[in-house]
Amino acid sequence: MNKLLSLEKLSIGCVAPPGESLANKTGAWRSMRPVFKQKDCIGCRACEMVCPEGCIFGDPKKKQFDFDPDYCKGCGMCAVECPKDDIDMVMEEK
Amino acid sequence: MAKEILEGAMAVAHAVARCRPEVVAAYPITPQTHISEELSQIVADGDLEAEFVKVESEFGAASVVLGASAAGARAYTATSSQGLILMSEVLWNMAGMRLPVVLGCANRSLSAPLSIWCDHQDAEAVRDCGIIQLYAEDSQEACDMHVLAFKVAEDKRVLLPVMVNLDGFLLTHVFEPTEIPDQALTDSFLGSYEAVLKLDVDDPATFGAFCEPDKCMEGRWMVHDACLRSLGVIEEASAAFAKAFGRDSGGLLEKYKSDDAETILIAKGSICGTIKDVVDELRAEGKKVGLVRLKTFRPFPREAILAALKGAKQIAVIEKGGSFGAGGVMTPEVKEVLYDAGLRIPVSGFCVQLAGREVPPDGIREIIDRVSKGERQKAYEYFRLKQELLPDLVP
Repeated sequence: MNKLLSLEKLSIGCVAPPGESLANKTGAWRSMRPVFKQKDCIGCRACEMVCPEGCIFGDPKKKQFDFDPDYCKGCGMCAVECPKDDIDMVMEEK
Repeated sequence: MAKEILEGAMAVAHAVARCRPEVVAAYPITPQTHISEELSQIVADGDLEAEFVKVESEFGAASVVLGASAAGARAYTATSSQGLILMSEVLWNMAGMRLPVVLGCANRSLSAPLSIWCDHQDAEAVRDCGIIQLYAEDSQEACDMHVLAFKVAEDKRVLLPVMVNLDGFLLTHVFEPTEIPDQALTDSFLGSYEAVLKLDVDDPATFGAFCEPDKCMEGRWMVHDACLRSLGVIEEASAAFAKAFGRDSGGLLEKYKSDDAETILIAKGSICGTIKDVVDELRAEGKKVGLVRLKTFRPFPREAILAALKGAKQIAVIEKGGSFGAGGVMTPEVKEVLYDAGLRIPVSGFCVQLAGREVPPDGIREIIDRVSKGERQKAYEYFRLKQELLPDLVP
């Protein structure tokens, strides 16, 4: 990696080294979070494939999926696309 | 090298070629077209080793030179009016990415109504984006300022795009005795461009990447900081240019008979030629009048302006633009400089030209006469507005 670049400090022109999308944790943008109900999941992986952040992970054989809260922006595409309506979007509350 | 009688735009094209840009991209628009047309000819003739990229729009032209600069090339584009406005999104990126592109702007009015003639609203509309703005008074200066522009832009203390403004038609299409900067001198003055950071497939990096709020403000501030730092670099490079080429070019401002003047006008661009003539006439009549000509408008040279204006009894700001719904563009900035110094010298702002309106010497005389008599404007004045042309303003 170019020695002038780092993920911690800005460079002239704010040029970013590779890996910046991992360093930028966009989970704080979320107002809704997906809840994987794990009732009717058929392991089709639709949720995993439509996630624009690539932050849904799981095992189709076990029919278990979950999301990475560091990056999920709460867009809800997984819930909309799930053919079994097995994902709910709920308000992110603290 | 001897002076030749050259058209302003042609002279600028040859001056740019001597700076040896490696990539030129431009889209034709009046009154800039002759600059890019001639550059395209120079490249086609094999007299400049550069890639001339024909693009579909000014947005494309700006994007090509941004990309070229990010890849480490010296890059140039030129435009006018609507073209500059179409480039504006890219210009903000260029400044933020700290890419030393040089842009020639043949100043022309913005629509609507449609006009091809000169004023400064195009350049002033992008004044906040972080691009350094220089304004030429004549063809020679327009040529020399292009050489200076590359020098300042590429200086490691600056690394910002620089726009050289030359008045559309008034400079681009006028034939004047002009000396194209000498090739050997230009080569040694500029040297070759070495990018600090550039796009490299073997060492990938992202230009203009997303930045979270905890860092982004500092990223934007660095543009402001570099812009301010360029004030010193512009002065330094202008002095070096004068030493190398034997004639003045650029700098922050020119003081014309203003040192002991009671009434000082402040203006930029080719109109300063007319103002200087009027100043000469009035000086011959014993009147203490002078001109401060802004050569650098962004960054705004506050200290130099204060030093030049602080002895005046009254000041008139002569503008070729304005901010609709507010007033002038330079006028409030001049007032701010004086206010911060605790000075309450009366400042009157006049828009003398939009869309090529002629500004005869007697107009400048009238303004000097009015402010010298103590007439003080509260508001920005559109000078000699033809009331008889106006319809009922609320139909």
